[in-house]
Amino acid sequence: MADRKPLYLMTPALLWLTGFMVIPCLLILALAFFRRGIYGGIEYDFTFENIALVFDPLYAGIFIKSAIIAGQSALIASVVGYAAAYAIASMPKRRQPLLLFLAILPFWSNYLVRTYAWIVLLNREGLVVAVARALGYDQELPSLLYTEGAVIVGLVYNYLPFVILACYAPLARLNSEIGEASRDLGAGRWTTFRRITLPMTVPGLATGFVFVFVLSIGNFVTPALLGGGQFQMIGNLVYAQFLTANDWPFGAALSMALIAVMMGLLTLQTFATERASGGRAGEGDHG
Amino acid sequence: MTRLTKLIGVTLGAGLAAFAGAAQAEDLIVSNWDGYMAPDAIEKFNSATGNAAELVLHATNEEIMGKLIASKGKGYDVVFVSSPFAEILHNLGLAEELDHSKIPNIGNLYKDATELKHDPGNAFSLPYAWGTTGLCYRSDLVGDTPDSWMDLLEPSEKLTGKTTMLATDRWMMAAAELALGYSVNETDQAKLEEVRDLLIKAKKTLLAYDDTTFYSKLVTGEAELVQAWDGWCNYGIGENADIKYIIPKEGSDLWVDTMVILKNSEHKDAAYAFVNDILDADNHRWAAENILYKVPNKPAMEGLDPSLVETYPNLGMTPDELLAHEQLRDLGEAQRAYSRIVSEIKAAN
Repeated sequence: MADRKPLYLMTPALLWLTGFMVIPCLLILALAFFRRGIYGGIEYDFTFENIALVFDPLYAGIFIKSAIIAGQSALIASVVGYAAAYAIASMPKRRQPLLLFLAILPFWSNYLVRTYAWIVLLNREGLVVAVARALGYDQELPSLLYTEGAVIVGLVYNYLPFVILACYAPLARLNSEIGEASRDLGAGRWTTFRRITLPMTVPGLATGFVFVFVLSIGNFVTPALLGGGQFQMIGNLVYAQFLTANDWPFGAALSMALIAVMMGLLTLQTFATERASGGRAGEGDHG
Repeated sequence: MTRLTKLIGVTLGAGLAAFAGAAQAEDLIVSNWDGYMAPDAIEKFNSATGNAAELVLHATNEEIMGKLIASKGKGYDVVFVSSPFAEILHNLGLAEELDHSKIPNIGNLYKDATELKHDPGNAFSLPYAWGTTGLCYRSDLVGDTPDSWMDLLEPSEKLTGKTTMLATDRWMMAAAELALGYSVNETDQAKLEEVRDLLIKAKKTLLAYDDTTFYSKLVTGEAELVQAWDGWCNYGIGENADIKYIIPKEGSDLWVDTMVILKNSEHKDAAYAFVNDILDADNHRWAAENILYKVPNKPAMEGLDPSLVETYPNLGMTPDELLAHEQLRDLGEAQRAYSRIVSEIKAAN
């Protein structure tokens, strides 16, 4: 007889997820195939109109723009986060838990509060401008807040800890003897990093990148607050369809497209990680 | 095929209704915006009438509408919504046809308030508060006193980057519609495209779109001229007396927030008693005194402390002055065109 224990242990989580997430999500997504009533209700006539509308140049353009912003945020967060994780992993072992704890600390406060903090920093009468003035800079400063740059800063800041955690795990596991061997064989520090360290930790980096990208592309709070509502990301568009335009079917169609993009990326990332770790196992990594 | 889709539809609808209608239908359920009536209004009503009313909150019209449409109005007895949404509830058959004999305090309403375009004769809604949308500005910073929507849409160089507009579709559109001399309910596509082009041009000069913190931006000086509802401009005026409110020469919209009793309410007598209680002069005055909105209640406004009107001059606007402006109406199918245009504006660089 197979051991049934895993099944029993998983049942509550499965029931919870199915009952409170999968089924409601499917109910909402199914709305994509119906028509919006004149007054915002739902008319149950089957249609592909809403799905087709997602590919309209206007909305497709908003999708692409969101992907670019999410991509930039993910890239910056990956570089900064990887560097931080590398630094933490090279510290003496006993200091590492404290540094990791500090990296996660911001998660203990509310997302909205953390985002508002940036408004306090960046606004025209804010801290950054005040410091610049105090240092004697009296020219008109370029607008910092309510710009695309501010949105990217907000997204990077909020999701950076994910990258640090995702990169730290493989970096910390890395067997230091491999690096020493590489250097013994004449490779410089940079070559060792590029040909040994980076390839062995790339799954963590990819996980971090995909996490930031997926969380950023659907985000609607940061663009609304730090972007001053002046441009829409796809999350804002979905929000608007459900909460202001009262066009649930189109909102559902947009969500469906968004979920498809996210699932595609997560699948790719899972495959990539498996391939990378599979290759590593072949090289005899038992660290 | 159609039968199958209908079946799926009905199942779906029932599913959503089950989720949305979770509010217990045991007591009188009143849904209102946070802080939009006296904190003790419900308690006082309960102890005076022996009812067990309960207040639930909605953040936006659209939020409560979503719930009401999904549950066919079950689970709620009285809702506070803006007039275009009251119209929709009526058109969907969810609003109770009001029996005026059960609302003696309806006599407190200004005559003008009983003849509003969205519901002449108060067949299905009772006005709770009303006002205008105009320009709120720092008189000590802007230089020339603004008097036109164009001062907001094509600001002087000095004001560029120091203006905000409302983010809600209808009011954002209204600013340009009024500037171009069109109706705030315009549905002609060519005219809407002109409105769009003007708003895209205006976007480049804005600090932000802002529905909730525009008056604090004025107080800090981050913004100097903003599109604002009169009542909200008052919150700025309360903090800085240099802040002033003006209705541009091209006019404003007249917005009206209303109370609607749901047709599917199972506690209609209590619901009638509740709206009647709100229309009581003293109770209704609370809103004018505390949230600084004009209320369409004659004895309530007449009893208002004159010093309030002195501090907040727009509280003194008469019903005649208000009625000079066109009300926002429900747009029906044209709502999709408005949403699309707003997306186009936001997607524009």
